[in-house]
Amino acid sequence: MKYAIEVEDLTVAYKEKPVLWDVDLNVPEGVLMSIVGPNGAGKTTLIKAMLGLVNTAAGRVSIYGKPYSKQRSLVGYVPQRGSVDWDFPTSVGDVVMMGRYGALGWLKRPGKREVELSLRALEKVGMAKYADRQISQLSGGQQQRVFLARALVQDAKIYLMDEPFQGVDATTERAIVTLLQELRAAGKTVVVVHHDLQTVPEYFDWTALLNVRLIASGPVDTVFTEENLRLTYGGRVSFIKHNGHNTDSDQEKRAEAGGI
Amino acid sequence: MSGEQIEIQIIASLVAVTCAIPGVFLVLRRMAMMSDAISHAILLGIVLAFFAIHDISSPLLIIGAALSGVLTVSIVELLNKTKLVKEDAAIGLVFPVLFSIGVILIARYAWSIHLDVHAVLLGELAFAPFDRLTVGGFDLGPKSLYVMGTILLINLIFILLFYKELKISTFDAGLAAALGFSPGLIHYGLMGLVSVTAVGAFDAVGSILVVALMVTPPAAAYLLTDKLSYMIILSAVIGVVSAISGFWLAILLDANIAGSMATMAGLVFLIVFLFAPDRGIVAIARRRSRQRWEFAGKMLAIHLLNHEGTPDEKRESQVEHLEENLCWKEGFANKVIKYAESKGILIHDRGMLRLTGYGREYAMKSVTDEST
Repeated sequence: MKYAIEVEDLTVAYKEKPVLWDVDLNVPEGVLMSIVGPNGAGKTTLIKAMLGLVNTAAGRVSIYGKPYSKQRSLVGYVPQRGSVDWDFPTSVGDVVMMGRYGALGWLKRPGKREVELSLRALEKVGMAKYADRQISQLSGGQQQRVFLARALVQDAKIYLMDEPFQGVDATTERAIVTLLQELRAAGKTVVVVHHDLQTVPEYFDWTALLNVRLIASGPVDTVFTEENLRLTYGGRVSFIKHNGHNTDSDQEKRAEAGGI
Repeated sequence: MSGEQIEIQIIASLVAVTCAIPGVFLVLRRMAMMSDAISHAILLGIVLAFFAIHDISSPLLIIGAALSGVLTVSIVELLNKTKLVKEDAAIGLVFPVLFSIGVILIARYAWSIHLDVHAVLLGELAFAPFDRLTVGGFDLGPKSLYVMGTILLINLIFILLFYKELKISTFDAGLAAALGFSPGLIHYGLMGLVSVTAVGAFDAVGSILVVALMVTPPAAAYLLTDKLSYMIILSAVIGVVSAISGFWLAILLDANIAGSMATMAGLVFLIVFLFAPDRGIVAIARRRSRQRWEFAGKMLAIHLLNHEGTPDEKRESQVEHLEENLCWKEGFANKVIKYAESKGILIHDRGMLRLTGYGREYAMKSVTDEST
């Protein structure tokens, strides 16, 4: 099997407190993978480590066999929506265009081609008519779509997304899921930090369960078991895998509370 | 206007534009107070560089000062990283120490030269035209004109070359790093720029006006535009307006020029803060009051709609019962009725209220709008 991302013996610590303990994780090419785990499990840190954004205490990450710094153009990144200041004086089109900055490199300025590509990416997320809108006027769901468009415009092979479903309405969630599945159908590898256990089997075909250590990773069918969830969420989870689409938020909350 | 007056205004305008450029990014990065820290801490750099080369007019002094500015930023960040001191407190800790070491050094060893503390804080723009650049007997104009012109050029070149990099690392440092633009490098580049600007401006206008010109015009421009490039241009324009009007205020009051300019910058900000078309206090108050009436009108329309055709319709649509039913303050109901009538939502007929066709539609639409 060809791996898009290989994480070997990765340990990340803040001071002496480990956030990720010796994580080994292989992400095969072309999967749509979720990373789940309780708060403080190191999900965001894992994504940031893949992107070289945090210092690692040990271990390495390879993107198609090479370090990330040599493969930047292959990876699109969608940070958490709350990580930026949405009152920044700029327009939707401009934010999306930032996705092209990497391909442009230092000093080169964006031109007509970049404007065209940004518009096309906005069309894909249904936001084309918002291109000139000031970003502070967007709703949470629209902000998330803009961030997705910004990653799409990178035209990457791997997409790393940090909680793209957070705080979006049901319509946007559906639109994002459709988009993710289209990306997979186009042969892209998509890794998503995800919070809602109920939707894991429906949305994803691959998953990793994380709680500082990697509990398990693999196809959702074989890995997303009650046993593994109990190991991940600290034994207090009473989540039943095959309960269809009935969202039992109580169980989910208990699952959250079970974490650290 | 005398030749000196024109020269002073040109120098002040140059300082204003030069400060506005890095100032915009300081404000957007929530680092406005860093300008305060840097503009004071550079004094130590100037003094130490002077001890090393014994020439008060050497351009090397600017480099020494710029280095001490960058040093200030690093110490603040180091302190902040220990998590024992918050960033704003770290700024407040570091620059007074560096500044006062500079002050003591001047008082102890350099009292005979033209470095005095009063001039450091407020500068003396009025003397700027007397320090002239002459080449081969030709008078080429005040020296500070050339110093500021050069620094403005440096700032312009930096911003034109690295506009995209500054923008992305200010908006989303994480993505900037992931794409291979080193936000740390850009951060220190910007801090170097702030330092060099502060040094140049400091000689002409003193450290207080440096802060005023770096922070106030961008803060005002931020309220006036949604576009980064316009924000930079507007900041420059506001800075120049403050500088020139401040100069004339100083003449009028026979006061310190730099102080008057800082005052005018504050005044311009106040005007923008109150009257900015979209984000000013007045615009916000107007919008709130309009929304309040709209909302009350909606409430009334929905109330009438809910009781249309019900047995208690008669009672519920009586004007005299309205205040009681909706728990509205006395007199408020009459105003709302007048508003709703003027908008064609209802008809007031001998103490009874009736929705118009439009009013019915409006009420129904309001209900569905609120629930989505």
